[in-house]
Amino acid sequence: MTAVLEVRGLKTHFFTRAGVIKAVDGVDFSLERGEILGLVGESGSGKTVTGFSLLGLVDPPGRIVEGSIRLAGTELVGLAEEAMRRQRGRKIAMIFQDPMMTLNPVLRVDTQMIEAITTHVDISKAAAREKARAALAMVGIPSPDERLKSYPHQFSGGMRQRVAIAIALLNEPDVIIADEPTTALDVTIQAQILAEVQKLAAATGTAFVWITHDLAVVAGLADRLLVMYAGRIVESGPVDEVLASPAHPYTHGLIGSVPSQTRRGQKLRQIPGMTPSLLSLPQGCAFKTRCPRADAACDVMPGLEPVAPGREVRCWHPHPTTPLAAAS
Amino acid sequence: MTTPIIELDGVSKRFVRKLDLAEKLVNLVGGHNTEEVVHAVDGVDLAIQPGEVVGLVGESGCGKSTVGRIVAGILEPSDGTLRYRGRDLASLQGKDARDAQLQVQMIFQDPMSSLNPRMRVAQIVGEAPLVHGLVSRREIGRYVDEMLERVGLDPAFKSRYPHQFSGGQRQRIGIARALAVRPSFLVCDESVAALDVSIQAQVLNLFMDLRTELGLTYLFVSHDLGVIEHLADRVVVMYLGRVVETASTEALFAGAAHPYTQVLLAEVPRIDARRRQFHVIKGEIPSPLDPPPGCHFHPRCPFAFARCSVEQPLLQEVAPGQWAACHLHDEGRQP
Repeated sequence: MTAVLEVRGLKTHFFTRAGVIKAVDGVDFSLERGEILGLVGESGSGKTVTGFSLLGLVDPPGRIVEGSIRLAGTELVGLAEEAMRRQRGRKIAMIFQDPMMTLNPVLRVDTQMIEAITTHVDISKAAAREKARAALAMVGIPSPDERLKSYPHQFSGGMRQRVAIAIALLNEPDVIIADEPTTALDVTIQAQILAEVQKLAAATGTAFVWITHDLAVVAGLADRLLVMYAGRIVESGPVDEVLASPAHPYTHGLIGSVPSQTRRGQKLRQIPGMTPSLLSLPQGCAFKTRCPRADAACDVMPGLEPVAPGREVRCWHPHPTTPLAAAS
Repeated sequence: MTTPIIELDGVSKRFVRKLDLAEKLVNLVGGHNTEEVVHAVDGVDLAIQPGEVVGLVGESGCGKSTVGRIVAGILEPSDGTLRYRGRDLASLQGKDARDAQLQVQMIFQDPMSSLNPRMRVAQIVGEAPLVHGLVSRREIGRYVDEMLERVGLDPAFKSRYPHQFSGGQRQRIGIARALAVRPSFLVCDESVAALDVSIQAQVLNLFMDLRTELGLTYLFVSHDLGVIEHLADRVVVMYLGRVVETASTEALFAGAAHPYTQVLLAEVPRIDARRRQFHVIKGEIPSPLDPPPGCHFHPRCPFAFARCSVEQPLLQEVAPGQWAACHLHDEGRQP
């Protein structure tokens, strides 16, 4: 299998008056066709900035200072704005938490969708309209012909998010970055959207990077998991294995913090303290001030080292990993 | 049976959008504009025993926050009675009414919008007990320190402003403020929803500690079934303004008796359910402006039959301690 997206040593820094904020500080991963990659972290971990960097959407004072993003053979870092525009929407697309960030409130849905197609492909308006209709039907919007003529405010929140997904799918991109797209939705609506995404990834071969703070969502959806903390990946691996036997103490704490994992009425295994400010990260491992396993060795930043086939962890004292067959 | 600490009896809340002048004028010349009425809460009965933790769940627009606000005394019910320790709150006057109000405190979802940004923490926490004469001006400093320590904040920070704290710390300030008037009942409206997972766990642990230390009773309003399952003794499920099921937490998660609860439980993403097939329930939550007749859930219900679209099902005991509002149980069928 060849990777459709290869990210190597990505660093996105923000140059503020208070100092340099290393929001993303050396991120590597690759994504295969049809794969759903869960990118998990808390506020300030750099997961959203990673997503924005992939699309070249980082605004000053931030910029990509180092690294490479190869999308189906094309290097995206340092690409001219005009060339980047041709990639964006056609080869790589994004779904935001708030669908109104994608949708223009004063244009009808069909106007917006047809424009998104004809910008990239030279086809007739009628053909573009037919493609737009098909995309709406694909994401499960009832009576797509009529809905094409609606304005965004005439849709409910869940339907609006479906329209945003349909727009992302219009040009059959290789990769879709989804940034917390179901966080604002109700449980039953979230389940509908997740079901559609699962079907679409399998049917179209589009790969997804699913950015979320909610481990439970990616547990049911993703193939592989990346856990970020303070701008770096601290653990990666197949979803089942990472969740069944997390190697990094942070992942361990994160899973322990999820209420349904603990017996009712018992105290949650909480992580002490809070996420450090990116302006004043401790020397060495960024997690060491909250980590029960930290010692003198942690004053030096550990590398992302393999611990099991397909699994990597950035820790001097990782938890032992059990292969899945033995664990279950 | 002891007297419930809080009792709602047939409580309804209607929000009415009155006609503006233009619409009234149009009506005078033969227009047909009518007032829009949202039945946010429609005949809810709920009794909470002292020391109990009750979880109130439902999706957006189901009226769970409105119930929370009625219990906390922020909103007045349009119909029905609200009793505190057996006494009708509407009939209480003066000091009695104030005391009853103080006993029920609320903790909000967004601590930033519920803390005055221009007040220092010491003032935010200390103001209410001072005003209500619970603590003298001389002792207020020490009292605030004690409250802050109780919620896990360093009293050295008490002269800071809310914006100087992180989200989790701000939520702790909100909790300290509520505790400062020595309540016996806390209404928590999505109090951990805006927090990161690791911070959420810290605040949930704090709620559980406070429960044992102070013997508090909670009404925990949340859309997050994982949080409710962990915390609550009893769960109340609402859909479009009505209670559709209530049961002990164990019974509810072991086997829900209402089709809506079953759907809700099935669709909650769980960390131990890997790469599963998401089952899809049809349709969306109808607008509370125009709820479907009969059982509100019938347009989405997989088991709906003719009677469901005509007659509203009432809560009935389907198993000891488990109540559900569904016609299927009359027919002797299991949903």
